[in-house]
Amino acid sequence: MAQTSSDQYYIPHGTNWPIIGSIGLFTMFVGLGNLLHGADIGLTLMFVGLAIVLFMVFGWFRTVIDESHKGMYNKQVDYSFRLGMWWFIFSEVMFFFAFFGALFYVRVLTIPWLGGEGAGVFNSVIWPDFEAVWPLMSYPDNTGLSVPTALVSAWEIPFLNTILLLSSGGTITWAHWALKENNRKQLILGMAATVALGILFLYFQAVEYGHAYNDLNLKLDSGIYGSTFFMLTGFHGFHVTLGTVMLIVILLRCMKGHFSKENHFAFEAVAWYWHFVDVVWIGLFIFVYWL
Amino acid sequence: MSTATATTHNDDAHHHGPEKGLMRWVRTTNHKDIGTLYLWFSFIMLLTGGAMAMMIRLELLAPGLQYVDPQFFNSLTTMHGLIMVFGAIMPAFVGLANWQVPMMIGAPDMALPRMNNWSFWILPFAATLLISSFFVEGGAPGSGWTMYAPLSTTYAPKSMDFVIFAIHLLGFSSIMGAINIIATITNMRAPGMRLMDMPLFVWTWLITAFLLIAVMPVLAGAVTMMLTDRNFGTSFFSAAGGGDPVMFQHIFWFFGHPEVYIMILPAFGIASQIIPTFARKPLFGYASMVYATASIAILSFVVWAHHMFLVGMPIEGQLYFMYATILISVPTGIKVFNWIATMWRGSMTFEAPMLWALSFVILFTVGGFTGLMLGVVPADIQYHDTYFVVAHFHYVLVTGALWAIIAGVYYWFPKWTGRMYDEKLAKIHFWWAVISVNVLFFPQHFLGLAGMPRRYADYSIQFTDFNVLSSIGGFAFGASFILYAYILIKGIVAGKKVEENAPWESATTLEWVIPTPAPYHSFETPPTQEQIDRASQHIHTH
Repeated sequence: MAQTSSDQYYIPHGTNWPIIGSIGLFTMFVGLGNLLHGADIGLTLMFVGLAIVLFMVFGWFRTVIDESHKGMYNKQVDYSFRLGMWWFIFSEVMFFFAFFGALFYVRVLTIPWLGGEGAGVFNSVIWPDFEAVWPLMSYPDNTGLSVPTALVSAWEIPFLNTILLLSSGGTITWAHWALKENNRKQLILGMAATVALGILFLYFQAVEYGHAYNDLNLKLDSGIYGSTFFMLTGFHGFHVTLGTVMLIVILLRCMKGHFSKENHFAFEAVAWYWHFVDVVWIGLFIFVYWL
Repeated sequence: MSTATATTHNDDAHHHGPEKGLMRWVRTTNHKDIGTLYLWFSFIMLLTGGAMAMMIRLELLAPGLQYVDPQFFNSLTTMHGLIMVFGAIMPAFVGLANWQVPMMIGAPDMALPRMNNWSFWILPFAATLLISSFFVEGGAPGSGWTMYAPLSTTYAPKSMDFVIFAIHLLGFSSIMGAINIIATITNMRAPGMRLMDMPLFVWTWLITAFLLIAVMPVLAGAVTMMLTDRNFGTSFFSAAGGGDPVMFQHIFWFFGHPEVYIMILPAFGIASQIIPTFARKPLFGYASMVYATASIAILSFVVWAHHMFLVGMPIEGQLYFMYATILISVPTGIKVFNWIATMWRGSMTFEAPMLWALSFVILFTVGGFTGLMLGVVPADIQYHDTYFVVAHFHYVLVTGALWAIIAGVYYWFPKWTGRMYDEKLAKIHFWWAVISVNVLFFPQHFLGLAGMPRRYADYSIQFTDFNVLSSIGGFAFGASFILYAYILIKGIVAGKKVEENAPWESATTLEWVIPTPAPYHSFETPPTQEQIDRASQHIHTH
């Protein structure tokens, strides 16, 4: 869509936030790299970097929110922000696509091949006893890996979490309706419910991880099952955590009366993001827990 | 239709130029400043990666081991590849997009100027992290830029983790840059400019940006799995735990094949701007150019396994990937045809940008043909992992992507600086580079066909002659960049002032409507419908 607004585009002043963010990210990654290889300074550097990044996120958003309140943004800027958020979510979808792709590849191709399908020469010589079943409870070579005794059942905590997360998608929509009708009470109630459901989801996810690690011996190093299980649910949980923080910020901003019926892009962006983590969860529930 | 008039000025930055001092470059939100930063950064990276290439060619000047040990040689090829792909070619195209896209669509700036700053300012830090791997205990990784497991997992030095983080940062930067370009093109076009009025450079970048957002996260996922395999006991790429090292190759090339189009589509766009200007004819087949670009982009997602014909795959898989790959030559052929048809009976002149663009068409086509040869499974069995592959992708990336970048820099140089580069020196630069680059890479076809493997510091003595030739070409080509730097700096400092808006008299696109050198803010008020129509005449006269 071409530019339609009649006033001029807003070009911001110079800004320090990007360079602060870059320094933060760099410090954080250098710290993490050193931590992985046992250098004492690593942990400190990582947290210093993280603190700088958080400072940047806080400051950058504060600047943008202030400018928005001063009325410096027109419709066109708003649409640029929307485009930015859509395409950012698309990039997140593609990030998860890589891990889902790995899961499907392993389940459809690798495991049968390791079990002797196809030419079957190498595995019959190297790992003749390996049985190709999914979920994988024993590996071609168990050395150094954790072998689980049982797996997480889809119809216990994961199903509960599905209900929680889907409900939260409903409550945020309910809050959005309220916002569009200037119903502040329902808006804040809906947002608070969404935050609560998000936190509850994370709590149960933590309980499930504890159960897997302590009772089932299902760990990150439990072969390819553990790898795909924890990486997919872990990255999802990380995104839910970010989403919950975003929701809390939006809740606080709702309480301060930052949003109007017409002007609430931040609210919508966070809602889109929340629906995105919702959809990813449905994929996880079906392909990681259930089937 | 344009109803836009400047009624409110929300921004006082509109009324003055850039900030003073060094902090201007750190704090800037201006698309031209950021474009300049990108271009200089990529040039420095080009010289860094080029220095590594010189060391590689020096070692290969004679059989046996001379100057470097084989492990370091492998680190050099790995880092040369990573630096050239992520540090030189991609940032150079983003730099050109930053300068040109807002001007070509009649916009004041990019859609998200602060994020634009961050997209750039991540890069120097990422590059530092990447290059620092040389100084980590155990040296830089030697897995090749493709980082195949288990060379990158079980058998890689500590520095691999730093390379992984560098790739995360580079990907983050690319995604933000791409989001910005899409938002700019979709939301900032001058009122009245339709999608099919856009210059091809803008079109190719729109499609490239989509590819970037689609595949950079996949690379991030792949290297993240690599990171956890290395440090946290996961088994993604380990068959002993039920994973698969070949899976890494699939995920990598799902990113990697679109990636090679990311590095060539904007080059197509640049050639499509330059050739009509110097042939003094409208671009032939504008619409077919757009559709061909889109077709190439879509096909790029479904051909990745042609990089892996030899790792083991069912015959049906080989056949599918072979046919799909060869299908790409159809839209690519359309493009080459259109460029030639544009020149047909044109009144051509051969200034430096045109020379580079013309040789781009010819030499890229050479690389395209060898790509076809490599796409044929039975032939690829012979060529795989030989110098034939090295020759192929250097023809498409050096005489393809890099050639178009240099062509674009010469073409837009007067618009950017308000001064003219030294045409005579630029012509010398062209002939020097075009001859030496062929001496450098053409013999590598023969080396590959004769069976010389790539990525090794030593070779059998029957390969000596062609390697010596290739190295001599390499040193000469490397030296040509000293001349290039001299021409650019001399042009910026002391070039003849350009008086008219459009020093190339048949250039029609919108960047030539505004004064030369381009003012700090491109279009403070959108161009008129008449200006837009005139700018897209080159498209619609067929």
